[in-house]
Amino acid sequence: MFSRGYRTAITLPPVLWVSLFLLLPYTLMFAYSFWSVSSTQQIVQTWSFENYRELLSRDVYWQTLLRSMWIAARVMFFSLLLGYPLAYFLSFHAAKRKDLYYQLVIIPLWVSYLVRAYAWKTILGTDGVMNTLLQYVHLTHHPLDFLLYSPFAVVLTLTHIYTPFTILPIYAALEHIPRNLVEASHDLGASQSQTFWRVIFPLSLPGVLAGATFAFVLSLGDFLAPLLLGGPSGIMISNIVVSLFGAAYNWPLGAAISLCMLGLVVTLLFLTERLEKKWSFS
Amino acid sequence: MTLPTNAVEHASSGVLLSIRSVAKTFGKNIVLRDISLDVAEGEFLTILGESGSGKTTLLRIIAGFEQPTSGSLEMSGERLDYLPPYRRPVNTVFQHYALFPHLTVEQNVGYGLTVAKRSKDEVASRVEEALAMVKMSAYAKSKPSKISGGQQQRVALARALVNHPKMLLLDEPLSALDANLRRQMQMELKAMQRKVGITFIFVTHDQEEAMVMSDRIALLRSGELEQVASPREIYSHPATSYVAQFIGHTNLLQAEVSNGIARCGALSWPTSERDGKVLFSLRPENIRPAGASSDVSRFLARIADHAFHGATELLRLKCGDQMLTARGTTGASSSGEMNFEFSPADAVAVRPSEERI
Repeated sequence: MFSRGYRTAITLPPVLWVSLFLLLPYTLMFAYSFWSVSSTQQIVQTWSFENYRELLSRDVYWQTLLRSMWIAARVMFFSLLLGYPLAYFLSFHAAKRKDLYYQLVIIPLWVSYLVRAYAWKTILGTDGVMNTLLQYVHLTHHPLDFLLYSPFAVVLTLTHIYTPFTILPIYAALEHIPRNLVEASHDLGASQSQTFWRVIFPLSLPGVLAGATFAFVLSLGDFLAPLLLGGPSGIMISNIVVSLFGAAYNWPLGAAISLCMLGLVVTLLFLTERLEKKWSFS
Repeated sequence: MTLPTNAVEHASSGVLLSIRSVAKTFGKNIVLRDISLDVAEGEFLTILGESGSGKTTLLRIIAGFEQPTSGSLEMSGERLDYLPPYRRPVNTVFQHYALFPHLTVEQNVGYGLTVAKRSKDEVASRVEEALAMVKMSAYAKSKPSKISGGQQQRVALARALVNHPKMLLLDEPLSALDANLRRQMQMELKAMQRKVGITFIFVTHDQEEAMVMSDRIALLRSGELEQVASPREIYSHPATSYVAQFIGHTNLLQAEVSNGIARCGALSWPTSERDGKVLFSLRPENIRPAGASSDVSRFLARIADHAFHGATELLRLKCGDQMLTARGTTGASSSGEMNFEFSPADAVAVRPSEERI
C-alpha cells in the first residue's frame, strides 16, 4: 500500500531513537555491571559476578530496596484511595463541569516536580506552615520533627505528585463503561452501591491496575523526593544508585543495582499487563 | 364517519399502567406533550414512531431512567413515578442488550435475583428455567462476547423475565438483527408473551413489526399520540393522514363533499361526511379492476407504471391529473386505459395532520 521508501522513512526515527537512547545505554550498563573498579579508581574491564554477589551479601542494599518498595506500595495505596473517588466523581457526577475538573487534575502536572517538592519542604519544615499552625492552635508546643526528613514526608510528596497518574487511567476506564450497563443494573433491582460493587468497580479494574502500576513504578525509582525530604531514614534505592555513580565512583555496582531494578519493574509490568488483559472486556 | 376507538381490546382485564398527561422537555426541546395512555394487564402494546418521536423517552420514563416534566404514572393504582428504577416492578430489554460483559450468561440472568438476595438454590433453579425457556441452556457458562447477537437477545430477555416483572419494556430489541432472524424473533417474542402472560411494552420504528406483534399500537408523532388502536383498526381506520401514510401505503384524496357525494378530480363516491373539504384515505389494495359488482365507484385510468413486489404488484394509475396507487395480484396489462373500482366504504375520512419539522 505504501512505498518502501515511505515505510523506511517513518520506521527509521523510532528505531533509531530506541537504539540510541535505550538499547545502547542498557547494553553499556549491562557490561559495566560485570566489570570492577581498581584501587586506583580505574574501571577494570574484567568479567565477574562480584557486583551481584556484593549486592546480595550487603544488608544495606536489600533493606533500602525493601524500604523503597514499602514506600512505593504506600504511595500506590494512597494514590488509589484519593484517585478513585475523584475519577468516579469526574466520570459520573461532574456533568457539565467535567472538562473544568479534568483540567484541574491535569494542571499540577505542568508545574515542575522540584517546585512541588520544595513546596512540601516549606509546608512540613520545623518553621513551616504545618508546624506553625499546629502550635498556633495549641495542638503541640514544640515543632513536630517527624513531618520533614522522614519516610512520611516522602510518601506524602510522592502521593501528591503521582495521584494524577492514577486518576487518569481510572477515569478513562470509567468513561468506557457503557452507561446502559448502569441502567440495566438499576433496572434489575440493584441499588446504587450494589451497582457500584457488582458492575462499575469490576469493569474499572483494568484502569485501577494501570494507575496502581504507574504510582508504584514511578515512586519506586524516584530519587528527588527522598533526596529533598527523606532525610537519612527516608533514603530510597535510587539515591544509592545516584551516589554510586557520583561521589562513590563505583559505576559497576551502580549498574548492577540499576539492572536489578529494571528486572523488577519489567517483571511487574509484564504481570500487570497479563492481568489487565484478563480483566478487560471490550 | 367511523371513529377510531381508543378502547382497550382486552376490556375484561384490568388496567395495569396509567400514563396521565405526561410531558417531558429537555431544556427548550419538547420531547413529549400530554401523553395519556392506559395499558391493560397481559397486553402487548407497541409504541410506534419515527426516530425523534419521543418513543424511547416515554419508555425510559416508565422504566424510571427519566422523570416526567409533568404528569404522572400509576401502576395498579399506585404512583410509579415516585419510585427509583430499582424499586419498580418493571424490567427492560435494552436496545443493545446491555449484558454485563464481565459476567457469564447465567450470572447475567441471575443478576436481578442475586441482588434481591434470593437463596443460591432458588437463583440456580430459576436461572436454569429461564435459560431453558429461551433455549440458551447450553451457553450458561459463556461470556456475552462469545455468543451471537440473536443469542444475546435471548439472554437479555431471560435476564428480564426471570424476575417475574409485572411489565416488560422492550426498547427496539430486534433492530440489530438481520431480517430473517428478526422475523423469527418477532414470532418467538409474541409466543413468549402469550405464554408468560406478562404485559409487554414494545418500542419500534418498524410499522410492519408493530403490525405483526401487537395487540394495540400507540402511534407517536413528534411527542404526541396520533392514534392508539389495534393493528387492524389502525390500518383500516387511520385517524389522521399521518397515520394512514405511516402504516402501509395509501392514497390521500383531498375531496369536496356536497350533498353526500365526495368529489376528487375524476373520482366521486357517496359518503356520510358533512359538506366541505374532507381528506380521505384509500388503500391501494381496495382499488381493483372493475368487475360486475354494484355499489362501487368506478373510474377510468391509465396504468403509468408498475412495480413487482412478489405476491402483489403496485400499479401507478393516472386518472385525469390525479395519480393513484393500486395493488394488483395479476400481471395486469402494462399500459393502456382500463376501468377500476373501489367500495365507497373503503375511502376513510382522516384528519389532516399538520406539517411538523
